[in-house]
Amino acid sequence: MVFRQRGRPDVRAVDGVGFSVAPGETVGLVGESGCGKSVTSLAVMGLLPRRGVRVEGSVSFDGTELLSLPPDKLRTLRGRELAVVFQDPMTSLNPVVPVGTQVTEVLVRHRGLNEGEARKEAGDLLRRVGIPDPSRRLREYPHQLSGGMRQRALIATALACRPRLLIADEPTTALDVTIQAQILELLKTLVAESGTALILITHDLGVVAGMCDTVHVMYAGRIVERASRHDLFGAPRHPYTGGLLASVPRLDQPRGTRLEPIAGSPRDTIPWDRGCAFAPRCPNRVEECTSATPELLGGHHGLRCFNPLRSGPVREVTPR
Amino acid sequence: MTSNGTAEPGEPAPPDGAAGSAGPAPSNGAAVPGEPLLSVRGLKVHFPIRKGTLLQRVVGHVRAVDGVDLEVRRGMTYGLVGESGCGKSTLGKAVLRLVEPTAGTVVFDGVNLALQGPEPMRRLRRNMQMVFQDPLASLDPRQSVESALTEPLRAHGFPGDRSKRVRELLDIVGLPAGAAGRYPHEFSGGQRQRVGIARAIALNPDLIIADEPVSALDVSIQAQIVNLLEDLQEQLGLTYVVVAHDLAVVRHVSDVIGVMYLGALVEEAPSDELYAEPLHPYTIALMSAIPIPDPEVEERRRRILLTGDLPSPVDVPPGCRFHTRCPFRQPTRCAEESPDLREMRPGRKVACHWAEEIATGTIRAAASAQDPTATEVGAPAVQ
Ligand SMILES: Nc1ncnc2c1ncn2[C@@H]1O[C@H](COP(=O)(O)OP(=O)(O)OP(=O)(O)O)[C@@H](O)[C@H]1O
Ligand SMILES: Nc1ncnc2c1ncn2[C@@H]1O[C@H](COP(=O)(O)OP(=O)(O)OP(=O)(O)O)[C@@H](O)[C@H]1O
Ligand code: SF4
Ligand code: SF4
Ligand SMILES: [Mg+2]
Ligand SMILES: [Mg+2]
Repeated sequence: MVFRQRGRPDVRAVDGVGFSVAPGETVGLVGESGCGKSVTSLAVMGLLPRRGVRVEGSVSFDGTELLSLPPDKLRTLRGRELAVVFQDPMTSLNPVVPVGTQVTEVLVRHRGLNEGEARKEAGDLLRRVGIPDPSRRLREYPHQLSGGMRQRALIATALACRPRLLIADEPTTALDVTIQAQILELLKTLVAESGTALILITHDLGVVAGMCDTVHVMYAGRIVERASRHDLFGAPRHPYTGGLLASVPRLDQPRGTRLEPIAGSPRDTIPWDRGCAFAPRCPNRVEECTSATPELLGGHHGLRCFNPLRSGPVREVTPR
Repeated sequence: MTSNGTAEPGEPAPPDGAAGSAGPAPSNGAAVPGEPLLSVRGLKVHFPIRKGTLLQRVVGHVRAVDGVDLEVRRGMTYGLVGESGCGKSTLGKAVLRLVEPTAGTVVFDGVNLALQGPEPMRRLRRNMQMVFQDPLASLDPRQSVESALTEPLRAHGFPGDRSKRVRELLDIVGLPAGAAGRYPHEFSGGQRQRVGIARAIALNPDLIIADEPVSALDVSIQAQIVNLLEDLQEQLGLTYVVVAHDLAVVRHVSDVIGVMYLGALVEEAPSDELYAEPLHPYTIALMSAIPIPDPEVEERRRRILLTGDLPSPVDVPPGCRFHTRCPFRQPTRCAEESPDLREMRPGRKVACHWAEEIATGTIRAAASAQDPTATEVGAPAVQ
């Protein structure tokens, strides 16, 4: 799957990103700001503008090729079987329509309920996502809800159509941790109970560790490491993944050890076609890294690196 | 000196305890580590809510900070954590009198700030600086780094060679000397934060209040700034108040942590103890909600889920301010009596009527608050 985005100067935002997700599975896409996580999810959902953007490759949903699907068919599918939750729920909720109407609309359109049934079900959904006093909230407009409540309302609309695939793009980044815990719990329940396939996009390694079966680490528009979460956290092999894990302080470990930052900044990348984009910041860099482009190789534990970290647990887990 | 700009991942960590041992004496005055540098008593900041176009009637108050007592010792780091809107930033600003407190006293280095007129306050301020979340917002885009750093030097009549001082500051924060002639937009987020920090330390302050110093930065950059703050503390004998919502970061840098809820401190503890044994129900829930980047730990953890949202600081619940969301709430006292922040054990302060019973497991969290997927239901909270 290759996306090419053609802007003023050509921006190749995402390149060669490929993954699959099964019913009831949660796949994580992690990476820093600007690495192409959102562009990937927008492309999968067919939500990138048609003009000025070139998307190549294939997105297959239960045998249907989404990239070549006519827009109206895609829209129907998006309401019924595919759903997406963004970081900022304001971008997805209509500001001039009461929240309740937005949820009932989905139920009427995609589940064929009548008005009365839909309103009752909408109330149930809001209650399920932990919105107190749902009958009052149903009449309110998005701006009258707090950020956490808006996000829950959006998840309620996503739940309303019982999607088979849900893409959640930084669904909790703007929220406080106690609210985040509630939302993540909801998503887990959705996956467990409805067998929804979940693509979870985040920059928070902690969220990934608790949620995802398989994790894809992205750097500068490409996947650099792909593994089960146990392998990824237990034995990260890509220097970027290892660097990230060593640079974040952990609440459950003794304080006082100095953090080991990754040198430089995400600005210091070189284009992939001239080598490894992480090379300017990489402590493991070898000569090859700036003369050839590493490919994503390997089966269960995929890796795009000429000189990976040696496998083996990188840190001791102190049992509590 | 460690140069942070080029910090190498392989760099050995300094020996344990280095941070606490007698560092070089700070340049300003006789500093005895351990004595209180900042002491805050009964601090309140209430913002009036006005209505009506002509008369501007006051119809209520946002109780952003609602009676806070705390003490920060010289050379130490005090961390303030809590949900968005709980008043962390307002508290930080009120300490520096960047917002005027409604009530309470702030004593800095033995001086009661409330009693100072504008001019003495201006002179005091050079000893108390602030580092902000978004360094761009605090830097003038049309001002070069050189001029941004010279400005405070000039304003406070820095004796000596200013441009030499600017080069020195850049070196201290790990920026190349060539950075002086450049403008904020030419820098990455991490570099801009270094400029913000250079500006804050330009006048050799005693106290720095850092409000979300790393939360706007990319994950891979945050550690660089955290390490820089730690190095500066050691080199310059700085005292920090660090305000942030990322508890892992705050825990890493702080000696003592205060947990705020709706304008008040609900718990205060040495930072090592806060995760090991949180005492206040809000802290218990908060600690259990923070994801840890380790699947093995995540699978064994038990979460205490809170329901609902933070109440509005305009209508602070009566009784215990946390009772509307507290999974440990009891039928008596909680909704009527406001618990004081009391010292339950040496070094451990908590504002909860039932903290002892909760700590011993006599009172447990309501079943609805317990994570249905948890494997260890029944075990004491977050052990
Ligand atoms: N409309 C656009 N035109 C040109 N470039 C774009 C456009 N949208 C995104 N990009 C570029 O594509 C890259 C990937 O952006 P994307 O939004 O996917 O990042 P992200 O990983 O989601 O980051 P964040 O964590 O900040 O949300 C960025 O470098 C961005 O500058
Ligand atoms: N100048 C002001 N006038 C009125 N209300 C204010 C003002 N400044 C802050 N508030 C309110 O005071 C409360 C505390 O705000 P504050 O910015 O201190 O919170 P915070 O803990 O720093 O939150 P965050 O984590 O989002 O930065 C909020 O409800 C906020 O809306
Ligand atoms: S390919 Fe080379 S530069 Fe890139 S991550 Fe691997 S070792 Fe580092
Ligand atoms: S006083 Fe009551 S409501 Fe408040 S934190 Fe303690 S148990 Fe909960
Ligand atoms: Mg994004
Ligand atoms: Mg703030």
